[in-house]
Amino acid sequence: MAELSVTVNGMPLPLDGVAPSVSLLDALRAQGLTGAKEGCAEGECGACSVLVARPAADGGSQWVAVNACLPPALSYAGQEIVTAEGLGSPGDLHPVQAELAHRGGSQCGYCTPGFVCSMAAEYYRPDRAGLEGTEASGVGNDHQDHHNHHDRHDDGPNGFDEHALSGNLCRCTGYRPIMDAAHALGRPAADDPFAARRAQAAPEPVPAHVSVAGYEYVRPETLAEALDLLAAHPDAVPVAGSTDLGVVTNLAMYRPQMLVAIDRLPELRTLRATDERIEIGAAVTLSEAESWLAGRVPLLDALFPQFASRLIRNAATFGGNLGTASPIGDGAPALLALDATLTLASTEGTREVALSDYFTGYRQTVRRPGELIATISVPVAQPGMVAFHKIAKRRYDDISSVAVAYAIDIEGGVVTRARIGLGGVAATPLRALATEAALTGSAWTEAEVDRVAEVLAGEGTPLGDHRASEAYRRAMLGTSLRKLYAEHAPATTGAAR
Amino acid sequence: MTALAQRPANPVVGESVVHESADLHVTGAALYTDDLTGRLTGLLHAWPVGSPHAHARVTSLRTEPALAVPGVVRVLTGADVPGVNDAGVKHDEPLFPTEVMFRGHAVCWVLADSLEAARLGAAAVEVDYEMLPALMTVEEAIAAERFQGARPVMTRGDAAAAMAGAAYVFSGETTMKGQEHFYLETHCSIALVDESGQVFVHASTQHPTETQDIVAHVLGRPAHEVTVQCLRMGGGFGGKEMQPHGFAAIAAIGATVTGRPVRLRLNRALDMTMSGKRHGYHASWQVGFAADGRFVALDATLTADGGWSLDLSEPVLARALCHIDNAYWIPDIVVHGRIAQTNKTSQTAFRGFGGPQGMIVIEDIIGRCAPLLGIDAAQVRERNFYSPGQQTPYGQEVRHADRMPRVWDQLMTSATVDRRTAEIAEFNASHRHTKKALAVTPVKFGISFNFTSYNQAGALVLVYKDGSVLINHGGTEMGQGLHTKMAQVAATALGVPLDVVRVAPTRTDKVPNTSATAASSGADLNGGAVKAACEQIRERLAEFAAKRFGEPVDAVRFEGGTVRAEGSAAPPMTWAELVDAAYYSRVQLSAMGFYRTEGLHWDPVTVHGVPFKYFVYAAAAAEVEVDGFTGASVTRRVDIVFDVGDSLSPMIDLGQIEGAFVQGAGWMTMEELVWDERPGQGQGRLLTSAASTYKLPSLSEMPAVLNVSLLEAATEDGVVYGSKAVGEPPLMLAIAVREAIRDAAAAFGESGASVDLGLPATPEATYWAIEAVRGGVRDGGVTTLRRPT
Ligand SMILES: Cc1cc2nc3c(=O)[nH]c(=O)nc-3n(C[C@H](O)[C@H](O)[C@H](O)COP(=O)(O)OP(=O)(O)OC[C@H]3O[C@@H](n4cnc5c(N)ncnc54)[C@H](O)[C@@H]3O)c2cc1C
Ligand code: FES
Ligand code: FES
Repeated sequence: MAELSVTVNGMPLPLDGVAPSVSLLDALRAQGLTGAKEGCAEGECGACSVLVARPAADGGSQWVAVNACLPPALSYAGQEIVTAEGLGSPGDLHPVQAELAHRGGSQCGYCTPGFVCSMAAEYYRPDRAGLEGTEASGVGNDHQDHHNHHDRHDDGPNGFDEHALSGNLCRCTGYRPIMDAAHALGRPAADDPFAARRAQAAPEPVPAHVSVAGYEYVRPETLAEALDLLAAHPDAVPVAGSTDLGVVTNLAMYRPQMLVAIDRLPELRTLRATDERIEIGAAVTLSEAESWLAGRVPLLDALFPQFASRLIRNAATFGGNLGTASPIGDGAPALLALDATLTLASTEGTREVALSDYFTGYRQTVRRPGELIATISVPVAQPGMVAFHKIAKRRYDDISSVAVAYAIDIEGGVVTRARIGLGGVAATPLRALATEAALTGSAWTEAEVDRVAEVLAGEGTPLGDHRASEAYRRAMLGTSLRKLYAEHAPATTGAAR
Repeated sequence: MTALAQRPANPVVGESVVHESADLHVTGAALYTDDLTGRLTGLLHAWPVGSPHAHARVTSLRTEPALAVPGVVRVLTGADVPGVNDAGVKHDEPLFPTEVMFRGHAVCWVLADSLEAARLGAAAVEVDYEMLPALMTVEEAIAAERFQGARPVMTRGDAAAAMAGAAYVFSGETTMKGQEHFYLETHCSIALVDESGQVFVHASTQHPTETQDIVAHVLGRPAHEVTVQCLRMGGGFGGKEMQPHGFAAIAAIGATVTGRPVRLRLNRALDMTMSGKRHGYHASWQVGFAADGRFVALDATLTADGGWSLDLSEPVLARALCHIDNAYWIPDIVVHGRIAQTNKTSQTAFRGFGGPQGMIVIEDIIGRCAPLLGIDAAQVRERNFYSPGQQTPYGQEVRHADRMPRVWDQLMTSATVDRRTAEIAEFNASHRHTKKALAVTPVKFGISFNFTSYNQAGALVLVYKDGSVLINHGGTEMGQGLHTKMAQVAATALGVPLDVVRVAPTRTDKVPNTSATAASSGADLNGGAVKAACEQIRERLAEFAAKRFGEPVDAVRFEGGTVRAEGSAAPPMTWAELVDAAYYSRVQLSAMGFYRTEGLHWDPVTVHGVPFKYFVYAAAAAEVEVDGFTGASVTRRVDIVFDVGDSLSPMIDLGQIEGAFVQGAGWMTMEELVWDERPGQGQGRLLTSAASTYKLPSLSEMPAVLNVSLLEAATEDGVVYGSKAVGEPPLMLAIAVREAIRDAAAAFGESGASVDLGLPATPEATYWAIEAVRGGVRDGGVTTLRRPT
């Protein structure tokens, strides 16, 4: 019996001797489970998507789709995974597979197992709306047989949220038949084993301490244990969702001496709302945060769908986003606009740091070696007007060339308070302090907005790169506030769009 | 109708069937080359040592440090090549170079027990370089006059003289960037020496025969000692027509020198840095129009950015020349073609193969000149359509010229273009910050390889005693549904149900001397060959059955798996019964089929002849909405009318049309190859060499409404079962998206402005186009040399 294993399609897959740098995808493929493919090894294409059983709010479990190419295989020890091979077989297709196959959803087929898993996760999403009265899905559920005509909505008639597929790329089909398949799905049949599986709890992660060829992987059980490890091993690197670390592991051969898994530490997975603050644990995934917040922080609701893809958000954490401290990260601008505070924890104890004081230079922060971000909190009171402007080439799953987050209060036609977070325009995320000052006290009118827009255009020190030129970044700062105004103009000028 | 085009009663072709591997795709059971890795014992992994310079001479190479890395077994260098050190057919692509020609060019390859060890080994190899000056852009190469290969000139009439009599004469330049194929499956080859001592290569290749040829010449062995198999590809799009050969050859050398199977798989970063892409093009032009918008003359020079070696740049250029007319009659014309040599990847085939680059030039000319003529661009297009009887500039009569206006009119009606154009004008009048536009563009695309010899194909059809049928043909399956169509062709020709037929993976030891699966011609060519093979078998069986039924041969009918004789009282037989009986009567149950396209000839030097069997016609109407704050555009609705002849497989064809359109729209709007062009340490680096930086369309780019209809009554008499090719032409329909963005950008300024728009029309490029219009620029970068006074 293997010491460490992950359950894949109901069978144990041994992880003994697997190095910390080996991704879940490579571990699966090495064992002959070649359904999941590598299309990019950086979380962008979704060809590697697999399902994992994760805890659901009701104590049961839910099927969540993740990119297998990014996390260390070891971090899945003890967990339960299903791949396209496990959902069905050529003679016995799963409803998702049947819809995709019969509607022409696969051409070369390389992206297909990944789409199957992403789609299956959405198929099994318990709160998927629009399921009442739909027949159990079988093939030939042809209520919309105009196969060459398609009107798109974010939510299909069956409650299918197309964002579920925002992390899957297909180079062949142009997506129409894939969306048709998604929209043709009914609800799982009464005897569906994967649906039934949701009633039981998801397996707890297995604590581990593995050393392979001199590289160590540790999954501690408590925060205290994790902090001790980090204090004792200056080379140790914490890993949460691995959506940043996985990329450098795969592409830049980043091989830290010790990886410390913090993604399941209970102390970092808290979600709490007090009278004053809303607190999100650093290791809560963005998807979990989104569903728990349930609209309580409208600016984050504006952010989530623009942050990477659903697949990535199912693993990525705010702790990782601020831990990486990328100047083009999207979490920071939004959280800066929300006046967020971080709790940093180390063996020395905890301390609070305002996010606006956190960044000190390019990928540098006040966080000390051995210190972890434990929680991120924002005030309960929410600004009246929020927006997240992300300038990128692609609407789904792209990196910002410029990000502008707004949290603005207007009373009686006058701006009473303004917080503006910026990304992509300097070595660190920053607040647009001059703009905030210029806006506060100004009338919310086109003339005033035009004036302040010039101030915003002067913020930061944007550079040019392959994503955008310096001039364009500058120009986007300049038009952002005007765009906000056009979207939120007082009712009398509503036709301004 | 010809026998080739004639369909029997109740044919299986024409039925909408799903991809033959669909059930395997969705369950992850479909195997691709790399999926075989775990099935081979003792496998070695290969990893390249790539040049860190765009152009340099290798002055020394020390491989010993790599051998010190645990797990490294061997470092392959030029000294290991037993045959010819060349990966191409033009002999300008040394497999192990002493002069590196682009950043990432592999100097040597490390073989190791694990991929990790191979990567570490590659990092340990020490190479010294002497830096040489590099040319990164086509403009630099033009200035330095660094060209490679042929410089064809296509001429008809006297463009200069005609220009002198034109009412309007304009000149300008058009540039377009290249495009990365981004097949989801990257390049992969696995080579081994099999039990008979021959070299067996599993490769993700569109051209197994050429992979075989090059592996053989690199190994210095005859072709019969090398077998190449392509199980299927996770996309090809032209990127695996020429590019796989060198990688397969490296794996093959590795397998022969070590005796162990060698896997060479490029990860995405390597694939993007090392493999060729669609050619970027630069065009300078002078064009003459009559007052009514008709073309009078065109004088253009097209310069392809060929990258470091010739590869397929010459035929790509030929096709660009042959498509600069798109669907238009240009009476007097001269077009010069040349290929710049730059220090980048060797640019290669990509869906459309030069056709798009040629068409973009003329569509860009129309898009920018129409406002200067004061005529709506759609009208300029329509007025210039070929009339029946007219010839292309290369001297081929435009077959079925009447189909273009038929397609166009059908689209104008089905897409309600006039009504929506009026609605859009109203919308634009009431919206300051958002503008919409609707543009309609046509496509006329020539089908066949320009190079006449490639227009041949073979097939081997095997009928087993139990009646099951196995098809081998020279074409490869990369998602385009070729195998599905071939199974339908065989089922139709043999009169059996589709599930009786299986198509085998493509192997060079089954069907020899095949052409690349390319030029949209896979179904035309291989379909002809499969049909020919099946008909031989059917004729033998018909003869045999006639005797059993006691009726004449021409009374025997094969349909739906039963065989009967017209007018006979004898009960019908099942197909399997007949086959079984025929076996015992010693009837040959297998056949080789061969097909060649008749009537083609082509002179690449004079750019003249009849290179194409026929033309595919199509048109698209694209409606976009552009945000004036950011330049971001959204494609709201697309309508397409497409002539696929009598479709062999409607669902497959629809998939090709939609998929190609979206791929084309990606190139038009977001896919951007950015190289570091500045002299210095970073020079030559592809800055968008990953999925995170090179963005292809995702679900969010899918048009909100997409209507595709196939032209009715469109039998193509010269092709298998009356069908037409479909793979490439729909990509060029995406030009409509760029033209619509251009028009939407124009709507931000005073009416009538000409707009110069980048390609790709990224949000940034579109934003600058809008800013130019807002700033009062009205000439779209076009110089007006003459206009009526
Ligand atoms: C395809 C793709 C798309 C992406 N798109 C976006 C996007 O749109 N916007 C965006 O902002 N980012 C994006 N990212 C980046 C990434 O997803 C985010 O930064 C994510 O929030 C990182 O979280 P993680 O848990 O995966 O971090 P990990 O990869 O686990 O860790 C990242 C870094 O933070 C450290 N770290 C992790 N947790 C903590 C903690 N609690 N305390 C201290 N340090 C910690 C780690 O040591 C590591 O150095 C994308 C990434 C990918 C692969
Ligand atoms: S391989 Fe592309 S997302 Fe994992
Ligand atoms: S079917 Fe080929 S990538 Fe999707």
